[in-house]
Amino acid sequence: MSSASTATASPASAPASALADVTASDAALRRYLHGLPGVDAVGLEARAATLGTRSIKTTAKAYAIDLAISMIDLTTLEGADTPGKVRSLCAKGANPDPSDRTTPQVAAICVYSDMAATAKKALSAGGGSGINVASVATAFPSGRAALSVKLADTREAVAAGADEIDMVIDRGAFLAGDYGKVFEEIQAVKDACRRPGGGEPAHLKVIFENGELSTYDNIRRASWLAMLAGADFIKTSTGKVAVNATLPNTLLMLEAVRDFRAATGTQIGVKPAGGIRTAKDAIRYLVVVNETAGPDWLSPDWFRFGASSLLNDLLMQRQKLKTGRYSGPDYVTVD
Amino acid sequence: MSDEPKKTAKSGGTAGKTGRPAGKTAAKSPAKSPAKSPAKGRTSVRTPARRIDVLKTYKLFVGGKFPRSESGRVYEVTDSEGNWLANAPQASRKDARDAVTAARKAFGGWSGATAYNRGQILYRVAEMLEGRREQFAAEVAAAEGLPGPAATAQVDAAIDRWVWYAGWSDKIVQVAGGANPVAGPFFNLSTPEPTGVVAVLAPQESSFLGLASVLAPVIVTGNTAVVVPSEKAPLPALSLAEVLATSDVPGGVVNLLSGRTREVAATLAAHQDVNALDLAGAGADGELAKELETAAAENLKRVLRPDEGAAEGVDWSADPGTSRLLAFLETKTVWHPIGV
Repeated sequence: MSSASTATASPASAPASALADVTASDAALRRYLHGLPGVDAVGLEARAATLGTRSIKTTAKAYAIDLAISMIDLTTLEGADTPGKVRSLCAKGANPDPSDRTTPQVAAICVYSDMAATAKKALSAGGGSGINVASVATAFPSGRAALSVKLADTREAVAAGADEIDMVIDRGAFLAGDYGKVFEEIQAVKDACRRPGGGEPAHLKVIFENGELSTYDNIRRASWLAMLAGADFIKTSTGKVAVNATLPNTLLMLEAVRDFRAATGTQIGVKPAGGIRTAKDAIRYLVVVNETAGPDWLSPDWFRFGASSLLNDLLMQRQKLKTGRYSGPDYVTVD
Repeated sequence: MSDEPKKTAKSGGTAGKTGRPAGKTAAKSPAKSPAKSPAKGRTSVRTPARRIDVLKTYKLFVGGKFPRSESGRVYEVTDSEGNWLANAPQASRKDARDAVTAARKAFGGWSGATAYNRGQILYRVAEMLEGRREQFAAEVAAAEGLPGPAATAQVDAAIDRWVWYAGWSDKIVQVAGGANPVAGPFFNLSTPEPTGVVAVLAPQESSFLGLASVLAPVIVTGNTAVVVPSEKAPLPALSLAEVLATSDVPGGVVNLLSGRTREVAATLAAHQDVNALDLAGAGADGELAKELETAAAENLKRVLRPDEGAAEGVDWSADPGTSRLLAFLETKTVWHPIGV
């Protein structure tokens, strides 16, 4: 737990001191996670649906679109990824709309660990040195590999220059009730995020794959488990299964980070990923962030979108706001 | 029926054929109000037990579905004498946006289908129209104030026109394309290809024959269409959507947006993802046509202007020729080396 550093001003050991006894043993951890209040599923979905109806227009919309662009982890996670494709994605992230230089850059480029070095190089060469490289690791997306393999995967990515590591939890162990194993695995990966030669350790995002956790109660437990184990970000999903980020489960995770900060003083970020394709969707998420966790989270440091096609829709909406004319897919890149 | 209530004496069209039980009508139908809603504008109640009206809710046609306008607006459609016929949805710019998105999505599949297949599908539309001739004749008669036989003639002409255009699907390429003689060892072949998403302002005066005459040539060559039907008489067009929805035309190939022509057309003309614009229904004065043409220049849309001096007097029953087919085709020319 001593390595649970985040970008907040709070001391790194804050979670440990506030909730130290919770993580003292497997039994205590289990007792704590099962003692979390149950989720009111109907209320949660109704709340998310209500927030989803907010109307964001004109200047507020322009602000929201720019904020959403700056929060994107522009992602390509496919078997067919080539260095060329990663480079063009980096170029797009650094300069999303070549016809309008006032467009903000994205927050990060998210790739498989073997592409991290390519991405890092492309970004520093292409005017995107402010953009992070996020690498998925730990046998993404299934997470089914030996711990040693997962740690080696993580170290390779960190060594290749990844600024952020997106790890997946072992859903099998979680669903079997083996919380201690998941907890220790997150801690071990967190440890592997440190750079051998010193320097800022890579930020750790922990992916739950909500679609496989089946219940809202499980998502709440996974959120607390990951935060206790030292995650810097908690992330909804890999984007590789049928159910990815939804408004209700993101709302639930935002409640968790809000409560965690209230309890420990440590701020944790949230990243919904998968299935967010339109500017309208993105703005709904931003409304939920503001109304649930609060404006402190309305920054790329604390909230991210894992997305690929979302950026194009945001750019088209941005052009529409600017010119008054509806734009089309001919005016953004094909990727 | 001595307690028969006072009546507004408004009858007509498809809405006013039946009445309600006397007491109910008396409570609901103050005689002074103009014919506005289904509960008003009834004819006399002649028999004690008549059926309650089943009024049709006309809706837009976007992406193969029948949504209400995103704005929730409707406007009153009247017959040629001003009697209420129905409420038609009044499309907004967001409906236009959705329709263009749907049309763009449908373009790949529709333009990629074989010409033979498109011809068959359009012919099937004509078959379905044939089965609903009477409905369309009644709607055209109400909308344009035509006597029955004249309205039927319009519908027949529209169906024949549709069949005629359907036949062109696998012939227009031979007529408009071909092999070009060039001074070199190349086969040089020109072939016309569909332009893309075409926004069509259907004629204002001819609600059905005019519509068929501008819509069929656009889609038969593989374009997809966003159509703004006649503002005053959109009902035949909205019923045509029901035919299209049940006749193998893929969703999104034709999208119908009833409403204020000026409002919807402005959005479509400026939309960067629309490739061509047919101004047949842009009105007589030419002022709107000019505005729309200016907006369309932004992304170099193909624009088909209304005929000079066409104003009121376009004779839609005249032989159309192939000009409307060719207006929304683009010629692709390929050079292929000989004998290498």
